[in-house]
Amino acid sequence: MLPASRFSCKAHRCIRALTTVPTEHAAPQLYTSIQRRTCSSASRITTHYTIHPREKDSRWEGVEMERFGDEADVVIVGGGPAGLSAAIRLKQLANEHEKELRVCVVEKAPQIGAHTLSGACLEPSALFELFPDWKERGAPLHTPVTEDIFSIFTEKHRIPIPILPGLPMQNHGNYLVRLGNLVRWLGEQAEELGVELYPGYAAAEVLFHEDGSVKGIATNDVGIAKDGSPKDVFERGMELHAKVTLFGEGCHGHLAKQLYKQFNLRENCEPQTYAIGLKELWMIDEKKWKPGRAEHSVGWPLNRHTYGGSFVYHLNEGEPLVALGFVVGLDYSNPYLSPFREFQRWKHHPFVSSTLEGGQRIAYGARALNEGGFQSIPKLTFPGGLLIGCSPGFMNVPKIKGTHTAMKSGMLAAEAIFPKVTAESLDSETAGIHVHEYAENLKSSWVWKELYSVRNIRPSFHNYFGLYGGMVYTGIFYWIFRGKEPWTLKHCGLDAHQLKPAKECTPIEYPKPDGKISFDLLSSVALSGTNHEGDQPPHLTLKDDGVPVARNLAIYDGPEQRFCPAGVYEYVPVETGDGMRLQINAQNCVHCKTCDIKDPSQNINWVVPEGGGGPAYNGM
Amino acid sequence: MSGRVLVGVKRVIDYAVKIRVKPDNSGIVTDGVKHSMNPFCEIAVEEAVKMKEKKLIKEVVAVSCGPQQSQETIRTALAMGADRGIHVEVSGKDYETLGPLQVSKIMAALAKKEDAQLIILGKQAIDDDCNQTGQMTAALLDWPQGTFASEVSLEGDKIKVVREIDGGLETIKINTPAVLTADLRLNTPRYATLPNIMKAKKKKIANVKPADLGVDLTSRLEVLRVDEPPQRQAGMKVETVEDLVGKLKESGKV
Repeated sequence: MLPASRFSCKAHRCIRALTTVPTEHAAPQLYTSIQRRTCSSASRITTHYTIHPREKDSRWEGVEMERFGDEADVVIVGGGPAGLSAAIRLKQLANEHEKELRVCVVEKAPQIGAHTLSGACLEPSALFELFPDWKERGAPLHTPVTEDIFSIFTEKHRIPIPILPGLPMQNHGNYLVRLGNLVRWLGEQAEELGVELYPGYAAAEVLFHEDGSVKGIATNDVGIAKDGSPKDVFERGMELHAKVTLFGEGCHGHLAKQLYKQFNLRENCEPQTYAIGLKELWMIDEKKWKPGRAEHSVGWPLNRHTYGGSFVYHLNEGEPLVALGFVVGLDYSNPYLSPFREFQRWKHHPFVSSTLEGGQRIAYGARALNEGGFQSIPKLTFPGGLLIGCSPGFMNVPKIKGTHTAMKSGMLAAEAIFPKVTAESLDSETAGIHVHEYAENLKSSWVWKELYSVRNIRPSFHNYFGLYGGMVYTGIFYWIFRGKEPWTLKHCGLDAHQLKPAKECTPIEYPKPDGKISFDLLSSVALSGTNHEGDQPPHLTLKDDGVPVARNLAIYDGPEQRFCPAGVYEYVPVETGDGMRLQINAQNCVHCKTCDIKDPSQNINWVVPEGGGGPAYNGM
Repeated sequence: MSGRVLVGVKRVIDYAVKIRVKPDNSGIVTDGVKHSMNPFCEIAVEEAVKMKEKKLIKEVVAVSCGPQQSQETIRTALAMGADRGIHVEVSGKDYETLGPLQVSKIMAALAKKEDAQLIILGKQAIDDDCNQTGQMTAALLDWPQGTFASEVSLEGDKIKVVREIDGGLETIKINTPAVLTADLRLNTPRYATLPNIMKAKKKKIANVKPADLGVDLTSRLEVLRVDEPPQRQAGMKVETVEDLVGKLKESGKV
């Protein structure tokens, strides 16, 4: 019953070799066609019903497809900081005004907080607004920042940079937190207030009224076999209908992707740009532990044209625990770059390895994060629903903080929705209510001002001097002029289009992991606790099964095998004849969304797997 | 004949999570770690619910012994089709030392109190791998036991159990009331779907203390130390048979 993710790729190949019957009698012409169409040999890669609809599939004939439905006042997709803040605020208002309100939160993680991953250095403004009595309630904010260190790393040395008051990375008044624990605490507060929380159930489909407005969501079906056919235990998901549906799926949500198209929400904004953040938790030697210390670095091992940096946070929760991680902008151009291996390599810098020596790694995870900022915020409202949190993307990139703005957006959403859903008569043109006020309130709030003032810092890195040009720009225009310059710099377009063909780039020589400070990919993935029901269609769906080998491998040398932080994508030789095929180890997926973002062919469409699957982060 | 079945469900650390030993070697870290229902307990619940659907029994009662969070495990059993739940509250030090002996005393007491006709348990829990609770419960009640069941059929007032044993399969017929423990191939548990979870919120879970059942929780065992398994040593390749024999002699194995 061991999950397949535990086996190395060599073992995978052995198992496959032992279980496949070679077709020696096949005619020679078939070999060439097998090379070009990977889906012709034995099985398809993608079997998900979003690519192969069940209406046309004979195996689904006669299967009961009716769904059980239920009504709530508000349904929230995503039990993260934004979703839970919205739910809490709604119930606070309901109690204040003595009104009944049914608020349901669906969350794909098996327990609230299990899919939450962040540094995190929290600016507590939004939390203090939501719960002025947060301390009495026991919110897990135990580590105020006492020391702020910023460096530019070279291979062996570091250049300390003074953090002058007013620079975005100044952290006085902020807290180092384990965001997963804060989210879990928010979940407890929400339940106490009467919010219905349903972890382990993923929202898989958006439902629409006849007039095109959003009616609610449907949770995932269960019991579909890996080849797409129904199992004995097949059961349809459930429909949750609401007057307003809030989408708080986090960075690059899969339902949000559909909503952008459906309601044309991105017509007046720039495409979102992203980074991938990889993180580990270490139990270190007590002598090296400096609780309250926040370290950030830029520079080595990334070159000046690859945006990225690191963090090391010494937590103060009773044991010598350190959270550290590495962020790489996904607009990098070299397909040979592996964010995971850059992270592992960075840990060997003397400034970092001195902290980690003698310590033990206890957790690992990864998640994509937004970098587009102000320029990439889409239209936030549509009939029947609205977007909150990192899904539309309110991260303050130079501060590397997005939790406070996510929470505030959830609270503003709740305040805008409340009068509408509790009104005596439904005053709406569409069956699903369109809450314009949310976007208007957000635009006049501190969230907007904050994002506006830092809007030019990230794009300023796109110059000849790269990182250094960006730092000079920040120094002049942010520190001195507070972001009031009249122009707004643009991003470079979709991250997926930034990759150069492999033949124009040099492969990067990464050092082998030493097993003490740096580690290999598969043992890291095991630490994330990720697992999925094995017998289900892979949730990393390909629009065209042939594109990975024909395009991604041929032109870009298969970058997905390098940017996936969980080893989901592997190019392996086909069993018979020459050529490679893409193997998708869906069980390893940690739901980071990087593949959906960075695939140069934009062929990968991440959809939600059966609820309850994915990582089992504990206080990440 | 009450037609009532008791099913024991245990809340354990999820099988896919990498466990970590506490720095003081007193146990393993459980705080905040993902827990779920023991896989063999899921199979036990499924079997009981199947029996109810076939109208062979009347009521399925899910029982769990543990802290507040055990209620989530009982809710999952209720969502799978159990009718009501009993949460036997055990927390703190008592929970750390809770083992098969104590749980079987509790199950035996509950079986008498609830007038149960059948007790179905998982064959073992994936955290301690004891494989004792079913057997001890049967002994305390002086009931027959059908353990490692891969097939169960009720025939009148007897039960035919096909057991998985080392040599193959053994078929036995036992009287009721009896204790059964579920093995892997007994059935495929159904999913606890959202509508059922919502319905389960309305089903009753009774709170009981072990003292109310007259059960003494003192443990006869003391855990001295918990350690991680030793790191696997790298193997060695040798060129010739003489080398191999030499190395074996060196390490004292020959």
